[in-house]
Amino acid sequence: MFDFLIDPVQLANVLGTALRLSIPLIFAAMGGLLCERSGVFNIALEGQILFGAFGAAVGAFYFGSAYGGLVIAIAFGAASGLLLAVLGITLRVNQIVVGIAIILFATGFTSFMSRLLFPGGGNSLKLDGFSNIDIPLLSDIPILGPVLFSQNGLVYVAIFSVFAVHFVLFRTRVGMSIRAVGESPAAADAAGIHVFALRYACVIIGSSLAALGGAYLVLTQVLLFSDNISAGKGFIALAAIVLGRWQPSIAFMACLLFGLFDAVQLRMQFDQPDIPYQVFAALPYLVAILALVGLMGQANPPSSVGRPYDREMR
Amino acid sequence: MTAAPARLTLEGIVKRFGTFRANDNVSLKIAKGSIHAILGENGAGKSTLMNVIYGLYEQDGGRILSNGKEVRITDPREAMALGIGMVHQHFKQVNTMSVVENVVLGLPGRQILNLDEDRRRIKELADELGSEIDPDQPMWTLPIGTQQRVEILKMLYRDADLLILDEPTSVLTPTEIKAFFVLLEKLRESGRTILLITHKLDEVMDLADRVTVMRLGRVEAELEIANTTPRELARVMVGRDVVFDIQHAPPKVGDPVLELDEITAVDDRGIGALHGLSLTVRGGEILGIVGIDGNGQGELAEAIAGLRSISQGRIAICGQDASGFDPSERKSVLKMGYVPEDRQKVGLDLDSDIAFNMVLRSFRAPPFSKYGWIDFKKIRAHAVDLAERYDIRMQSVSQRVRDLSGGNQQKIILAREIEDNPKLLVVAQPTKGLDVGAIEFVQRTLLAQRDQGTGVLYISSELEELLLVADRLAVIFKGRIIGDMPASEATSEKLGLLMTGRELA
Repeated sequence: MFDFLIDPVQLANVLGTALRLSIPLIFAAMGGLLCERSGVFNIALEGQILFGAFGAAVGAFYFGSAYGGLVIAIAFGAASGLLLAVLGITLRVNQIVVGIAIILFATGFTSFMSRLLFPGGGNSLKLDGFSNIDIPLLSDIPILGPVLFSQNGLVYVAIFSVFAVHFVLFRTRVGMSIRAVGESPAAADAAGIHVFALRYACVIIGSSLAALGGAYLVLTQVLLFSDNISAGKGFIALAAIVLGRWQPSIAFMACLLFGLFDAVQLRMQFDQPDIPYQVFAALPYLVAILALVGLMGQANPPSSVGRPYDREMR
Repeated sequence: MTAAPARLTLEGIVKRFGTFRANDNVSLKIAKGSIHAILGENGAGKSTLMNVIYGLYEQDGGRILSNGKEVRITDPREAMALGIGMVHQHFKQVNTMSVVENVVLGLPGRQILNLDEDRRRIKELADELGSEIDPDQPMWTLPIGTQQRVEILKMLYRDADLLILDEPTSVLTPTEIKAFFVLLEKLRESGRTILLITHKLDEVMDLADRVTVMRLGRVEAELEIANTTPRELARVMVGRDVVFDIQHAPPKVGDPVLELDEITAVDDRGIGALHGLSLTVRGGEILGIVGIDGNGQGELAEAIAGLRSISQGRIAICGQDASGFDPSERKSVLKMGYVPEDRQKVGLDLDSDIAFNMVLRSFRAPPFSKYGWIDFKKIRAHAVDLAERYDIRMQSVSQRVRDLSGGNQQKIILAREIEDNPKLLVVAQPTKGLDVGAIEFVQRTLLAQRDQGTGVLYISSELEELLLVADRLAVIFKGRIIGDMPASEATSEKLGLLMTGRELA
């Protein structure tokens, strides 16, 4: 059952798949982490991946280029972020409820519009995507070379986003303000920080990042749009944030872990056709639950996450 | 002092919350380089006024003049730009961040962080204030007194020359308060202006140059400290004469209502807090528990209330073993009332209304509910009745408890716990953070209970208060009672010795 772990070619294959599968998780987790660090729960990640995927398909279809897809995907993500921000920050609607609403809306909207916009439906599309970029020399390293250094541009963007989020949060002045706003908006406000503006910015940028996860799926993996293409990745990303204790680097590793288990289960599905595939498909989710149970009580979320700020509240 | 120019002038400030006027035509003048106190009971509108000055609330009427120029302050940023800094009663700090991060937070500067220069300047400023502060320590690891210093430092770091201090000593221990007074004197000497908001008379008398007394949202008087007395201040603040000493008749002692026999319990961290503690409270007497904070007082109260399990020993309430009774049964069956130390977290549900809080412990049983249906009409009527008898100041019984002052919150708890005639009352720090008027009310209420035959266990860190109210005093030290005596024989010296663990010869 686990022969593929010994064979270098197959192992490289599994590792490559693992990285590919973890990219949308990384985008969504970094986006969600940014939102939560600023004190806003963004459980809409799942819907934002879907929006991103749909936007990418629309853009690539109408503009005939992958870059067009990227732009529209980001626009969709930003719009969903703006919606979350207006409802969850300004109007102080419960952020969990808003998140669920965005997910449900994204599911219905993208399924419906894809039938309307794409002749023959999203499944019959053949979009222009991004091709792989080989980094000279490094991509020639056996096994790891192709895994790490012969990927499409969005993979590098995803990995860069981990460094970027970490750097902004912990090495810059604005990052310090973001963390303060997430921990204690009243303290930040008294210190003269624009709480609302900062939360809006984080939510919109974070949501756009999550949408890139969807764009990655469409523009590099399947080159078409199918209903509910996000398939629970947004929720796994939420688990990765908790498992990563709101630290970008640890959350990144959690995404890789979930991606690895997803790759392993795909491999096992393939190797064991007589066992119902659902048994294996459940594996990454099971790992997510076990990982969270194992960490129970140790994770400290930003203490004001999910609580809309109201200055005149005593 | 009077010749100094005004640092800040308020003219006719009005601030409304709905129809309620929290500040009603408030005017005052603060001289440069002075310590100006604003004295008033809880709910007199002091904090509201400060939040107006600091731009957290916007006034509905009136003018603010800073250094003689009219200003509009709609934001803390603008207040800071005018050199006004505020230290809130509940510190505005990010606990997970370090001292230097907290100080620098919100200041402009280069985007890429380099805090070395800030660390150096913070150390310098701390030296100037005569305190030792490590800029890299996380905020939550610092003692409260030091956290407060960081708050002040934060304001000075922003070049504030008018410091607003909201109830600064309410969170400090007596030793910390002394050091804090020295700090304030130092700040005044350096030419800064201090606006001190407080309800403590002695603080005003010790420190301030001038005092403005507020009551019910209005200015009652503005006085030179040199020309006034504590008694006069108290009268203006409360609106009537306050009796500082309470007369009480000798107790008519009855049967034991609380017997603790060698009880042992651990605190939240699992470390032993009570080590074989024994005591007895009889009906009709008040037993005061004296001790330095953190010697097991909190755990003792919780153990009796049924909120903390004991590993050894026996608790008997009215002669009955309490071990099988949960907190609600201890009230309803064993007739025990409990006034917890943390009234906001344990005693009340702050976001519910007054009426509901009045029946928090009894709404599940008749007469407030029958067959699983709650009788809201009855609950409201009950609350209206209690609010009147306990003099709870409010707009209506459907008001949120969070919006009431500390004194009124405590009255709700007292009303609730006393109303069904308990045999035993356990009260922990019942006057913490209350003003003189409310303290007097609480003490009178407890004495009235005692005269009706209720046994009261009165846990407090205010020695003078216990000497005034209690009939008998027991000293708690490291989780045990190490001495007890009738209040008539007790002196501060005797108790002080016991409180530090020395047995009496």
